[in-house]
Amino acid sequence: MLEAISLTKRYGSTKAVDDLTFTVRPGTVTGFLGPNGAGKSTTMRMLIGLDVPTEGRATVDGRSYADHPAPLHEVGAMLEARAIHPGRSARNHLRTLAATHGIPAARVDEVIELVGLRSVATRRAGGFSLGMAQRLGIAAALLGDPGTLILDEPVNGLDPEGVLWIRTLLKNLAAEGRTVFVSSHLMSEMALTADHLVIIGRGRLIADCSVEEFTRRSAKNTVLVRTPDAARLRDHLTSPDVTVDDDENRDLIISGLTSEQIGRIAAELHIALYQLTDQVASLEEAFMEQTKDATEYQAVS
Amino acid sequence: MTVATPFRGRITQTRVLHSEWLKITTIRSTYITGALTVAVMIALAIVTCWGQAGHYASMPADLKAHWDPASWSEIGFSFSQLSIGVLGVLTITGEYSSGMIRATLGAVPKRWPVLEAKAAVFGIAAFVLNVAACLGAFYAGQAMLAGKHIGTTLSSPGVAREVFGTALYVTLAGLFGVALGALVRSTPGGISCLMGILTILPLIARGLPDSWYNAIAPYLPSNAGTAITRLYHTPHTLYPWPGMGLFALYVVGTFAVAVVLLKRRDA
Repeated sequence: MLEAISLTKRYGSTKAVDDLTFTVRPGTVTGFLGPNGAGKSTTMRMLIGLDVPTEGRATVDGRSYADHPAPLHEVGAMLEARAIHPGRSARNHLRTLAATHGIPAARVDEVIELVGLRSVATRRAGGFSLGMAQRLGIAAALLGDPGTLILDEPVNGLDPEGVLWIRTLLKNLAAEGRTVFVSSHLMSEMALTADHLVIIGRGRLIADCSVEEFTRRSAKNTVLVRTPDAARLRDHLTSPDVTVDDDENRDLIISGLTSEQIGRIAAELHIALYQLTDQVASLEEAFMEQTKDATEYQAVS
Repeated sequence: MTVATPFRGRITQTRVLHSEWLKITTIRSTYITGALTVAVMIALAIVTCWGQAGHYASMPADLKAHWDPASWSEIGFSFSQLSIGVLGVLTITGEYSSGMIRATLGAVPKRWPVLEAKAAVFGIAAFVLNVAACLGAFYAGQAMLAGKHIGTTLSSPGVAREVFGTALYVTLAGLFGVALGALVRSTPGGISCLMGILTILPLIARGLPDSWYNAIAPYLPSNAGTAITRLYHTPHTLYPWPGMGLFALYVVGTFAVAVVLLKRRDA
């Protein structure tokens, strides 16, 4: 279990992470989402003691990461894929990390096998593609068979097969009762992988809830209506809570009313409906909606 | 994900030493720099001593009176201090430039055992290598002087101190590189600091008025440390072992600051 308690990181006058409190529980995949510059990586670095919090603290199973006598057995982290000396082979890279905890060479070969790098294990890591480096980073995280995994953007640079592999791996690790904390800027990916979400923007907590709850809570659920009599229907739907947009096909997109209510109104007015469809916001849209005020870098449209 | 190999481990200083040993022995530049250092030491000893053997007959009497054949053999140390020094800088800044340091400090979050192990592993490896280089240079150089019967032997007074002292000086210069690298965390910065302190500082000091120079120069790191490489004491220099002690203090002091900063700074 990971805990962030009033975690704050200040660089000069800017707060990269601002009073962040959340808990990551075992047995589920927790997605850590936020726009670029939201403070995800800084938070993850503070969780494993690479960055010192300005205020607050971070704990792993009740104590700070550095206080564990065998940290690699507690937490496996991949914060950046390219944390490898380019002149060293993948196998030797893992051996140097394993040696600090007396992890045997057989375990090194086991994780190499697990991430599918056996054929390139003795090649210099400098020549690795991003996807291979990413796999090596995951091998390093799994080295100590840790109860908690912290992975920063693990699907970056992976091909579709690799993405599927990560997704299955993360789900399996969580199913084994491990704590899995994964950051991503790909909402669609998180929708498929994560059970729980911690969402931040500009260093502040925006949401800490299940995926369904997040979609439901923030959903801008709308109803699409196609009718030959759009203008008349529209005139009868005016009220402060209801908004009606018409797209280029002269279809109506209505929010504030359910499809049943719209159907009944249309029936009373004897307006023929060709289509009446509920539109549920995707996680992607829900995320955009929730974080639009907290985006640090935004294109002006 | 089942674990076929059962294991239980915790961090110990011995294990961190093993890890650092693996790091230094799995990088090609270690072997290239090591071989280059030995080769240049021996080559310079041969060329220089061969040249000195030719000059000896025509040398003025006062130079002959202070004839120091062992130091001509070890002339290449001014190159070794830089090659080994740069290797020292790289053992730590190579981790910062590649990002490896995040993996290293993630595995050993107490941090200082890493620097301690790096210094120990590097120090021992560098000393063994430099003893080999200095002995090789000594015998190669003396072989050039033997024809004129102007060579010396390791058992002559002060000669072993010169030869092994040179190896010790170069090793400490390498450790100085490790400490400076840990302090500035960048390869160009670390190398510049090291070269600036060991080679440029004594040159700048020469621009000072004589009285100032005589007061300051003996205490500059490389001037203090290299006193051990000469057989005869010259004015305005420290004696061999006090000089070596002062140089070691500079290195230890730099390490102390590096350890404090390593604990405090974000990785």
